Amino acid sequence: MTRTKTCRGGGTADALASGASGLNAREGSNPSPGTISPANEVSLLRLHEKTLHELLALLENREIQVSEIIADLYAAIIEKDQTVNAYLSLAHKEDLIKQAQANAHLPLRGIPATIKDNISTIGFKTTCASKFLEKFEPVFDATVIKRLRAAGATILGKTNLDEFAMGSSTENSGFFTTRNPRDPERVPGGSSGGSAAAVAANEAIFALGSDTGGSIRQPAALCGVVGLKPTYGRVSRFGLVAFASSLDQIGPLTKDVHDCALVLNLIDGHDAHDSTSVNQSALDYSKDLNLGVNRLKLGLPKEYVKALRGEALRCVETWVKTFKDMGVETLDVSLPHTDYAIPVYYILASSEASANLARFDGVRYSQRASDENVETMFSESRDKGFGAEVKRRIMIGTYALSSGYYDAYYTKAQKVRGLIKQDFDRAFQQVDAIIGPTSPTPAFKIGEKSDDPIAMYLSDVYTVPINLAGIPSISIPGGIVDGLPFGLQIIGDQFQESKILRVAYAYEQASN
Amino acid sequence: MRTIIGLEVHAQLLTKTKIFCSCSAEYFGASPNAHTCPVCLGMPGSLPVLNEKAVEYALKAALALNCEIPKRSKFDRKNYFYPDLPKGYQISQYDEPAAVNGYLEIELPDGTTKRVRIRRVHLEEDAGKSIHMPDGCSLIDLNRAGVPLIEIVSEPDLSSPEEARIFMEELRRILRYLGVCSGDLEEGSLRCDANISVNPDGKKGTKTEIKNMNSFRAVEDALKFEVIRQTQILNSESTVEQATLTWNSDQNKTEVMRSKEEAQDYRYFPDPDLVPLEIDEAWKKKILDAMPELPAAKRARWKKEFGLPDYDVKILTDELPIAAYFERTVKEFPKPKEVSNWMLSELLRLLKESLSKEIKIPSENFAKVLQMIESGQINRNTGKEVIEEAFKTGKSPEAIVSEKGLAQISDEGKIIGAIVQVISENPKALADFKAGKEAVVGFLQGQVMKKTQGKADPKKTRALLIEHLKKS
Repeated sequence: MTRTKTCRGGGTADALASGASGLNAREGSNPSPGTISPANEVSLLRLHEKTLHELLALLENREIQVSEIIADLYAAIIEKDQTVNAYLSLAHKEDLIKQAQANAHLPLRGIPATIKDNISTIGFKTTCASKFLEKFEPVFDATVIKRLRAAGATILGKTNLDEFAMGSSTENSGFFTTRNPRDPERVPGGSSGGSAAAVAANEAIFALGSDTGGSIRQPAALCGVVGLKPTYGRVSRFGLVAFASSLDQIGPLTKDVHDCALVLNLIDGHDAHDSTSVNQSALDYSKDLNLGVNRLKLGLPKEYVKALRGEALRCVETWVKTFKDMGVETLDVSLPHTDYAIPVYYILASSEASANLARFDGVRYSQRASDENVETMFSESRDKGFGAEVKRRIMIGTYALSSGYYDAYYTKAQKVRGLIKQDFDRAFQQVDAIIGPTSPTPAFKIGEKSDDPIAMYLSDVYTVPINLAGIPSISIPGGIVDGLPFGLQIIGDQFQESKILRVAYAYEQASN
Repeated sequence: MRTIIGLEVHAQLLTKTKIFCSCSAEYFGASPNAHTCPVCLGMPGSLPVLNEKAVEYALKAALALNCEIPKRSKFDRKNYFYPDLPKGYQISQYDEPAAVNGYLEIELPDGTTKRVRIRRVHLEEDAGKSIHMPDGCSLIDLNRAGVPLIEIVSEPDLSSPEEARIFMEELRRILRYLGVCSGDLEEGSLRCDANISVNPDGKKGTKTEIKNMNSFRAVEDALKFEVIRQTQILNSESTVEQATLTWNSDQNKTEVMRSKEEAQDYRYFPDPDLVPLEIDEAWKKKILDAMPELPAAKRARWKKEFGLPDYDVKILTDELPIAAYFERTVKEFPKPKEVSNWMLSELLRLLKESLSKEIKIPSENFAKVLQMIESGQINRNTGKEVIEEAFKTGKSPEAIVSEKGLAQISDEGKIIGAIVQVISENPKALADFKAGKEAVVGFLQGQVMKKTQGKADPKKTRALLIEHLKKS
């Protein structure tokens, strides 16, 4: 694994400045920093810092043009991505402006979206931050991309992640590590670290990530942005390169809760190409944001706060007080099987991953390391193509599914998964939503946990149970710990996205 | 020694599209990889969606095999690496198959019936094809990847290679009657693997699995070979090794493919991309209501209704279109044995020679020919000619008869004219007849037929000929 920018070709910003990058900055880059022109400086309007709903209003009132948004975004990326390293590839600026202008009549008016690089997108490479797919150009758009494009969004670029979404820091990227815009010495979280960092650094208006065990919410928390994992089945997985199919969901990473609702509006809904997609009629999640939270009941699981100390604990106290002031009752609830979530997750997710990643065999696309014979084609392609963490999980999963171990690991883990789901079912009989920290700690230092996988895995202890239960959860900025953002997680029962967005919106309004 | 055989049969379903995507499932003769898409290529991010028709066909087959259909079944991933397996796993059904506990009754040569239990029927996807080139490189064609298959697993109820072949033949007949599988062993749309053990009296033998039996004959030959091989090993006090064998039809022997130690661990687990399959009673009922008469029932009915010999019944019911043709013809010409004779001797021969898949004479025209023979309008030989001509040209029998002037001569005056001429031309034959050599009648009759271009009514000709010989 390389943690520097050396493997990065010319670098995104240079490529942009040269204007000769084609669709993929990493590929066709032409390092000539001297060519940065005044046109690549951020305008006085600083449109890249605005939210999606602010920009939509400005465009509607014809106060700005979409090309100005794009210009400011590219200028911001040139300025910041040298440090942040959020993007793996970017659209050509002029092409993007043309596309955006052509979309002026559509609801999103050409506003650019930023996409995690494990979501299949025509016109870009979809690398999953893996050497294996370094040159892979997908031939189809993921359903979420189709829906974004149909709504008039353009695709700005693809962001870094832990290889195949396996990790909590983006340090497992096969290419380079993304830095936390709040402190470049620290990780942005992961695996959607590139998307979270891009939004936090105003290098994006909004982004999509994927969340298998916290991969949207944890980086959102660590970067101080909003991230939502929808109910399993709410958003089509078609085109999301599978890590753990029974847990994966695509969701938004945004600058505020309102944007989060708007983006979810765009991407949700039934998809005939995904058998696990739920046939629920599309909702307008932004409609109820203003309903307020008076008389709602929130639960605070003791298992989620018992280990918190100091400023983190004071954040929790602030949350309770803030909600109380809004007429919300906060009850203590218990999720007794929380401690089993991490082992259960690593058995089930790794088992599914061991099969999902079997298609990367060197036969049909990308990395083929050897043609010697069939066995070496498989083994060398996979050995050279996959990074250490991916290999570790494939091995864990292969082991757990092996004859003689299956019942002790896979079957048992499925049973405990059921118990974890029951914990939530019971809690939601008492309360409307559950609140707690998204992550036990704020952003940690780059390299701090990379040699200790268990410590790394434990940073997902509060997010993983939600995926196992298949329920929705949102992380919003919930205060400051050690001078860094600390995430407030609001968890809802199945299909209660509107409710948790309402709670999140109320907290956001009260804390601003 | 007792032989115990169980079969595992893979049948490709005749759906228009593949089991988990909308690519055409017709792969035979298509240019390589033409019928592929991100789903059946195993592209990153693609997901399977189950083809309802494949489920319907599987249920049809399962119900025809008298299976129980559990309310719920599920799909599992069978994990193994192979270049023509695009996802690195095959989507199959492991511990909750689509159908269980059925049976198939086969008719043995001694006339008795044997019930062979069916353990399970499950749905799965086919893999692609590897084409190994002489230069050592291999090419992959994924047109077949994702074509729906059912796997039918019998209990080890078969006790001879012959029974195994009969089971396969009857199973093929049923699948073809249902229209769910083309049943071609050579092309591989129907594939048979066998588990076989020869068991010394009172003891349990060791089972071997045989693959690559690409014809009914291969099924029987391979199993016969294996019975002898295992028997010889047992007689020499050695032990049979558990192994997977492959049938080499060129050398007529089984060869070891992999030993027990090399057995693979497929690490089955439920496929999280697919939801469990739930079959309601209404669907089951709909399929049962639309179930055609199956071969065994048809054979029994024909024997009773038409009084046909077993041989005729067996051949004419083998293929549904032929059976239906027979029944249509009998409706028009209600002499079943006569229809059967003409179909067996003429139509099926013409069908085979023409390499066509359909009988090109409409059944009502065929019935018409038989009526013309019956009424004496044409003689039997002319009948053959008319059938052949109708088969080739599709013309109606009436048109052929009148165009070619084939109508039978029944006019006694014309026949007598010919007879008088023939007798005067063959004085020796006449002398022989007078000397008591009745065999010359045949010769002379042939001459008369020749003179009338075969159109003379043979019965009348013979009677008139004898009459004239006696008079002469």
